Amino acid sequence: MQRFINNPDDIVDETVAGFVRTHNDVVRLHEGNNRVVVSNFAAEKGRVGIVTGGGSGHEPAFIGYTGKNMLDAVAVGELFSSPTAKSFLDAIKAADGGAGVAVLYGNYAGDNMNVKMASKMIKKDGIEVATVVANDDVCSASAEEREKRRGVAGEIFMWKIGGAKAATGASLQEVIASAQKAIDNCRSIGLGLGPCTLPAVGHPNFLIEPGKMEVGIGHHGEPGVRVEDLKSANEIADDMVKVVLDDHNLRAGTEVAVLVSGLGATPINELYVLYDRMATKIEERGLKIHKAFVGNYFTSLEMVGATLTVMALDDELKPLLDTETNCPGF
Amino acid sequence: MQGIPNKGAGKIVADIAEVIVSNKAYLSEIDGKIGDGDHGINMAKGFGRAAERLDPDGTLTEAMEILSDVLMSEIGGSMGPLYGMMFSDMAEALGDSETIDAESFTAMLQAGLDGIQGIGNAKVGDKTLMDALSPALDALKAANAGGKSFPEALDAMKAAAAVGRDSTIDMVAKLGRSARLGERSRGVLDAGATSCCMILTAFADSITARLD
Repeated sequence: MQRFINNPDDIVDETVAGFVRTHNDVVRLHEGNNRVVVSNFAAEKGRVGIVTGGGSGHEPAFIGYTGKNMLDAVAVGELFSSPTAKSFLDAIKAADGGAGVAVLYGNYAGDNMNVKMASKMIKKDGIEVATVVANDDVCSASAEEREKRRGVAGEIFMWKIGGAKAATGASLQEVIASAQKAIDNCRSIGLGLGPCTLPAVGHPNFLIEPGKMEVGIGHHGEPGVRVEDLKSANEIADDMVKVVLDDHNLRAGTEVAVLVSGLGATPINELYVLYDRMATKIEERGLKIHKAFVGNYFTSLEMVGATLTVMALDDELKPLLDTETNCPGF
Repeated sequence: MQGIPNKGAGKIVADIAEVIVSNKAYLSEIDGKIGDGDHGINMAKGFGRAAERLDPDGTLTEAMEILSDVLMSEIGGSMGPLYGMMFSDMAEALGDSETIDAESFTAMLQAGLDGIQGIGNAKVGDKTLMDALSPALDALKAANAGGKSFPEALDAMKAAAAVGRDSTIDMVAKLGRSARLGERSRGVLDAGATSCCMILTAFADSITARLD
């Protein structure tokens, strides 16, 4: 393993320190908690605060989406591990401008528990908190058990919609409704060609044999739901679009936003190769691509692979998606 | 009734921490087969930090409170809140009891199990730490009811925890990250059940050693 590491135990603190130093025009470190990143535009009096949190190793997610019209505060966990309830609590307090706080996070056991505990702890502070739990990953559970699906790159759209809605002066209830609609309108799939290694563990936690690929891979190194022979980029793109859109059931003519993210070690040019074919297939289904994002938006350390997210737009979501933001991740 | 003084039993938590820290690599290895391989790292970090901070001459109640604080405010993940709640509720149940005996220990473990159920929703058979904890508590209660001595009851608890831990090998995970794998999660131990069995075993050994 050849990596830029000092002490593996310090890697998250060092990541956060470098991040806030780089982007000090947009973000700052929480004064009392070095595992909370706060937007320089927060808290704004009378505006609903937007909070998320998650494990590290997904950069630019989650911290990279802190900023204007996006996330107000982000709780930072260890690599691939939920932040503490205390960090979620501190993030909620930092984001509160008196209009309540929307916690928009992904469906993972640890995050569910820590957010639940933070929401209990916050009650004595009189801050109103409501949550939306992202579950856009199609392969992580069947359509009948959608509530069990994990949240992946669709979370970025959820945050963007939630942040933009809050910027309009909407109430907590309205922000929650829009963020919920955003994630309900998202479907994602991950495809892995190579595993990743937690520096403190020192070896990959699963293997992908040469010539094979994992379909439906999670972005914490969870193996996928099935292993197949590696195919050409076009065939893979076709499969990914099929999985996502078969689950989506969208009317022809629907406008969509598309996000293709690398998982960390896939060259960006290959993501464009995938996107070119994906866009063709998406359009063949009669859908109209309003906006596309291709790049490393939500990674998984140095995993080789990509995710595809398609969000259906409507008259409400489209202008919210187009709202200008200032955050390091875009 | 056989028992040990609560005062000075803080050392039991240090003994548990020693077991967890020395099994750091093993716990990560089994977690890595169906999870992301960080269970040992986070457990060792949490229990190790608590061991450095606790007063070995203090009470078990105080030591469990310190451990719970570290797990909940510094570790996070899933195990932070789960074991954090377990030790917090066990500390509350033991409270200012002067003696740790079969009765107070059983009540303490029951409170720990209730605490975990309050936050986690896991049932026996879901391939989680509950598969070690729940049968261990049942065995402890049965031994008490059967008139066994405290060390015999602790032995029964230990044995049931190990059987429970091993039962997870043939289970399909229903909760947590490994649940996403369905059938592919079958055939390996659950890391949470394994660490829970270590905790219960260390509890039993450490108490038994002090009873003599």
